Amino acid sequence: MIRVVLPPHLRTLSQAGSEVQLEIAGPVTQRSVLDALEARYPMLRGTIRDHVSLQRRPFLRFFACAEDWSNESMDAPYPAAIASGEEPLLIVGAIAGG
Amino acid sequence: MSQVRVLVGTRKGAFILSADGKRQNWEVSGPHFAGWEMYHLKGSPVDPNRIYASQTSGWFGQIIQRSDDGGKTWFQPGTPPGEPTTTPDGMPKGESNKFVYDTSPETGKPLTTHLWYDNTQHPWEFKRVWHIEPSHFDPNTVYAGVEDAGLFKSTDGGVTWHELSGLRGHGTGPSWQPGAGGMCLHTVILDKKNPDRMYIAISAAGAFRTDDGGKTWKPINRGLKSPYIPDPNAEVGHCVHHVAMHPSCPDVLFMQKHWDVMRSDNAGDQWHEVSGNLPTDFGFVIDVHAHEPETIYVVPIKSDGEHFPLDGKLRVYRSKSGGNEWEALAKGLPEKDCYVNVLRDAMAVDQLDQCGVYFGTTGGQVYCSADAGDTWAPIVRDLPAVLSVEVQTLP
Repeated sequence: MIRVVLPPHLRTLSQAGSEVQLEIAGPVTQRSVLDALEARYPMLRGTIRDHVSLQRRPFLRFFACAEDWSNESMDAPYPAAIASGEEPLLIVGAIAGG
Repeated sequence: MSQVRVLVGTRKGAFILSADGKRQNWEVSGPHFAGWEMYHLKGSPVDPNRIYASQTSGWFGQIIQRSDDGGKTWFQPGTPPGEPTTTPDGMPKGESNKFVYDTSPETGKPLTTHLWYDNTQHPWEFKRVWHIEPSHFDPNTVYAGVEDAGLFKSTDGGVTWHELSGLRGHGTGPSWQPGAGGMCLHTVILDKKNPDRMYIAISAAGAFRTDDGGKTWKPINRGLKSPYIPDPNAEVGHCVHHVAMHPSCPDVLFMQKHWDVMRSDNAGDQWHEVSGNLPTDFGFVIDVHAHEPETIYVVPIKSDGEHFPLDGKLRVYRSKSGGNEWEALAKGLPEKDCYVNVLRDAMAVDQLDQCGVYFGTTGGQVYCSADAGDTWAPIVRDLPAVLSVEVQTLP
């Protein structure tokens, strides 16, 4: 079981709680986490990564164990603490605007 | 008694304003989708309870919302939670949020490039839906005008979208260039008398028409003059801000261009200027009276560099002669210190016997005139900046 924390607008959109718990078979990577997240909450498709290229949207970043994993390969395994659910994966929106 | 429902899109959510036919006492519902940019909401002419909404964000991209109960509840019409996200052969299922330009060999066009601000070529990139236009005949058929300029169609109630790629790929696409607000397809007009005919407009490419249901398109910009572009009489490249048509006269079009108010009497084949005695012919909105096809409305804005009313006086101008002769309508509108803008999709008319006219401002006011423009009153004063206004007239 892994844990994902969504930015507030996506919590509202998905009607998920402040923290989402997902079962993932196999390596825990950006791709597998987002695949599982979008399967559970299809309304989030396109809001975190592009529909086609699967590239992260520019104003979003991924933090794992206090480190920025935004620019790592989407197939790079996350740290063991993320894979075990000890630590949540944070999806964070840029602070800007009014 | 009849009712009206005003659908207001703002920078920070959507609002629904409701009143009976007197249009004096209003109920305000919202914000719906609080915090999101709501570019446009529009109801189906066939089923007024069916409303489509464009919810968008620089952070999270494009969402399409739908209501089947007149805006009380909303949902995304894509794949419900728990359903497989791919087809049995492994292909991703279409999603209501998914606007992907059609590059397929069967129906699509190659995804070429368009002109960028610096005159270099730039890839086509989907950003958001500016305008939603439901069909006159089928509540599940709806069109979406998007940035970067393209026209999409859904025939399943917004579940899936397919580009009408003949527009982007008709030939002049590589010479289209964005205005400062983005290369947006902001106007979609459906001809109820001729379902194969549609008009669209793009900033800053111009107006286009199809006569075969969207398969092929032609620019309709002859007569437009834009002295601020390299060829003032170019086939494309004009910054058209908005186009309006009365459904009973589908060959007559009215246009608010970057500068100039224009008119065509032959479905856009030729335009002529009808700015007449307007104090300034810069502006964004233009609309037509519900029952008088020659009565039109604009809101003059000082200039392209100063997007606010002349002298701080907010005034709608009305022409009862289809242009050239204009009268200022000021009763009930701010007479001083008003420096708001009225954006291109932020004016609408209702269908009541005494035609109501509505517009919203970047200052968050939505004004209503229940007497075709003679007098005005604010419905609300303090919304976020208004992006769009549509009106539904209900039995």
